[in-house]
Amino acid sequence: MALQLEQVTKRFGDFTAVDQLSLMVEEGTMYGFLGANGAGKTTTFRMILGLLNTTEGSIAWNGRTISYETSPQIGYLPEERGLYPKMKVLEQLMFLGQLRGMDKVSAKSASFQWLERFEVPHYTNKKVEELSKGNQQKIQVIASLMHNPKLLILDEPFSGLDPVNVEMLKKAIVDFRNNGATILFSSHRMDHVEELCEQLSIIHHGQQLVSGKLRDVKRSFGKQNVRIRSDFPLEGMESMDGVITSHHSLEGAVFQVEDEKVANDLLQAALLKGPIRHFEIEEPSLQDIFIAKVGEEHA
Amino acid sequence: MREFWIIFKQSFMTKAKTKSFFITTLIMVAGIFLFANLPSIIDKAGKLIGDSKEDKVLVLDQSGMLAERLQQQLKQSDEEIKVELADEPKEQLLKQVKEEDIEAFIELDLDATQTIQATYTTASLVDNYLPSALQDALQSIQTEVKAEQLSLSGEQVATLFAPIQFEKQNISDSAKSEDELNQARVLVYVLMFVIYFAVIIYSSMIATEVATEKSSRVMEILISSVSPVKHMFAKVLGIGSLGIVQIVVYGLAGFIAYKLSSMGEENELSAFFSLENLQVSTLVYAVIFFLLGYFLYATLAALLGSLVSRTEDVQQMIMPMSLLVVAAFIIAATGLGNPELGYLKIASFIPFFTPLVMFLRVGMLDLPLWEPLLSIAIMVATIIMLGWFGAKVYRGGVLMYGPSRSLKDLKKAIQLGKE
Repeated sequence: MALQLEQVTKRFGDFTAVDQLSLMVEEGTMYGFLGANGAGKTTTFRMILGLLNTTEGSIAWNGRTISYETSPQIGYLPEERGLYPKMKVLEQLMFLGQLRGMDKVSAKSASFQWLERFEVPHYTNKKVEELSKGNQQKIQVIASLMHNPKLLILDEPFSGLDPVNVEMLKKAIVDFRNNGATILFSSHRMDHVEELCEQLSIIHHGQQLVSGKLRDVKRSFGKQNVRIRSDFPLEGMESMDGVITSHHSLEGAVFQVEDEKVANDLLQAALLKGPIRHFEIEEPSLQDIFIAKVGEEHA
Repeated sequence: MREFWIIFKQSFMTKAKTKSFFITTLIMVAGIFLFANLPSIIDKAGKLIGDSKEDKVLVLDQSGMLAERLQQQLKQSDEEIKVELADEPKEQLLKQVKEEDIEAFIELDLDATQTIQATYTTASLVDNYLPSALQDALQSIQTEVKAEQLSLSGEQVATLFAPIQFEKQNISDSAKSEDELNQARVLVYVLMFVIYFAVIIYSSMIATEVATEKSSRVMEILISSVSPVKHMFAKVLGIGSLGIVQIVVYGLAGFIAYKLSSMGEENELSAFFSLENLQVSTLVYAVIFFLLGYFLYATLAALLGSLVSRTEDVQQMIMPMSLLVVAAFIIAATGLGNPELGYLKIASFIPFFTPLVMFLRVGMLDLPLWEPLLSIAIMVATIIMLGWFGAKVYRGGVLMYGPSRSLKDLKKAIQLGKE
C-alpha cells in the first residue's frame, strides 16, 4: 500500500505553501521529510490526511484518496502536544484509540501494552499536564500507533526527547515499518532521517529542492570529501582538476572534490610524493546537503 | 455515528467527572436548600441575637393626654414600642441625643385647631421604622380626636374609611385569573433565570472546550478521524446533556427542599411560590424554549470558539453573543410587569430573543397557539441555518492558528474550510 503524491500544489490566496510536490512512499518503507519551520511540511500532512484539499495535483494511498473511511488505518502525530491536558493518560488513549476504530477492550489492552513498552506504566492514571514534555511525547506517539495503522504520519516525532528515549521510539517505529507499515515523517534532525529513511525530500518555502533515495541524493549532490593524512605537506595538489576547495592541517588535508575519479587522481598524486598514512572518501552528510541546498535558496 | 457517540460521551464524561463540576453542583444544591429555608433561618437567627427587643421612645408631652393615647394606639396595632414620659426638660434631652446617651425623643403638642404637632428628634435618621410607626399611630389618634370634635360616632368614622370593592374580572375563558397571573409571574421569572444562566454558562463552556482542543492540537487528530461537523454537533449535544443533567439535579433538589421546608406548609410565602396552579403547558414551553435557546447559542458558541487559537481569547470572542443573551433577558424582564407591550411581541419573534421573551409571553398571556408555534419554527430554522453556517466556519476555523480575535476571521475561516 503505497502513498503517492503527484505534482501537489497548495495555494492560500497569493501565497503558495506547497509547490509541485511529488513523492512516493512504498509499502514497508520510511520516507523522511526535511524542511525548516514554515517550509510547508504541516500543510502537506494536512492535505494527505484530507483536512485540506489540494489546489492542484493528486494524493492517493493505495490508489484511493484518503477519507474518513480510511481513518482507522492511519496514525497521525501532530507537531507538539495533541493531547487533552486535563484528561488522564489511560482515558485519553482509550478515547483516541476508539476514535480510530478500536473497541473498548482492545483499546485498553493496547494502551497498557504500549505504556509498558515505553516504560511509563506508572503514568496510567496521571493527567497529561502533570507529565514532562518528553513523557507527553511518548503518550502522543502511543496514541498514533496503538491502533496498528497501515500509514503512519509523524510530524517531528523525536522533539523534546532525551537520547535514550529517542532510541526507544526509533526502535518502535522501525518495528512498525518492518511489519509492513508505510511511514512518512518530518524532522529537523538530519541524523535521524539519515539513519531511518530509505527515501527523503528536502523542501524549502514549498519548493521540493531534493528528493529521492538517500544514496542517490548523496551521489547526485556531486561533492565528496577526500581526507588524506601523510607525513609530508600536500600543498599544490588543490590545483588539480576537479578539486573544489581544500583545507590543510598539520596532519594532512581535506579536499572537496567533484566525483570519485578526482579522488583516485588525488590518491595517485599523493602516493607519488611518498607513503600516506590515511586515505578516505567521505560521503557528504545530509547536514551538508541541507545547508548547501537551503543556503543556495537563501542566497 | 460511532465516532459521534465516542465524542459525545467523551465531552460529557470528562466534564462530569471534574472536581469543579461536582463542587459547583453541590454548592448550588446547598444554596437551594438554604434559600428554601431562609424564612425560618432568619427567624431563628433573629431570636438568637435578641433582635426582638422592645423599642422604647421618650415622649415630651405638652398636651398632657397624647402620650397615653399613643401607647394605647401602638398596643392596638401590635407594635412593640414602649412609650415613656421624659422627666428632663427639652434642653436636657437635646443634649442627651447629641451625646448619644439616648437615641431619640418625640415632642407632642396640640395646636389651636386640635391638630397634633409632633417633632421627632434624633442624631441619626437611619432607623426609618420607629418614626413611621409613630407617625401612623399619631395619624390614627388625630382621626379620633377630630371625630370627637365633629361628634361623629365610631360607625360614622368607619364608613368614612370603608374600602371600596374593586375586583378585576376577566371574561376570556382561558385567560389567567389574577392569582394565576401572579404565580405565573414568579414561575416565569424563575425559569427565565434558569434559561438565561444555562445558556450563558453552557455555551461559554462549549466555546472554551473547542478552543482548548484547538490550542492543544488534539483537534487535528479529532478531525482527521471525524468530520468537523460531526465533532461540532457531538460537542454541542454532549455539553447540552451535561447541562440538562445538572438542571434536573437542581430541579429535584428544589422540589425536595420545597417539600421539606416551611414553604411546604400553608403560609403567605408558600402561596406565593405555590405550584398548585402551575399549568403543564408552561412547563412544557419552558423545556422547549430552554432546549431551543441552548442549541441556538451553543451552535453560535462552537462557531466562535473555533475561530480563536488560545483559550484566553475565548471570552473576548463570545462577548457579542453574551450581550445578545443579556439583551434578551433585559427585554423579558421589562415585560414582566406588562407582558402586552408592543415591542415584546416583535422581540418574541426574533430568534435570539425568543427563548426568553416568547416564553414570558406564552407563560403570562393568553396567546393564540400559532404565535409560540411560529416562533419555535423560526428558531428551528435559525438553528439549522446556523448549524450549516457554523459547520462551514468550523471546518476552516479549527485549522486556523495565529492571532485571531475578531469576527473578520469568519471570512478567512470559511475560505480555509473550502480549501
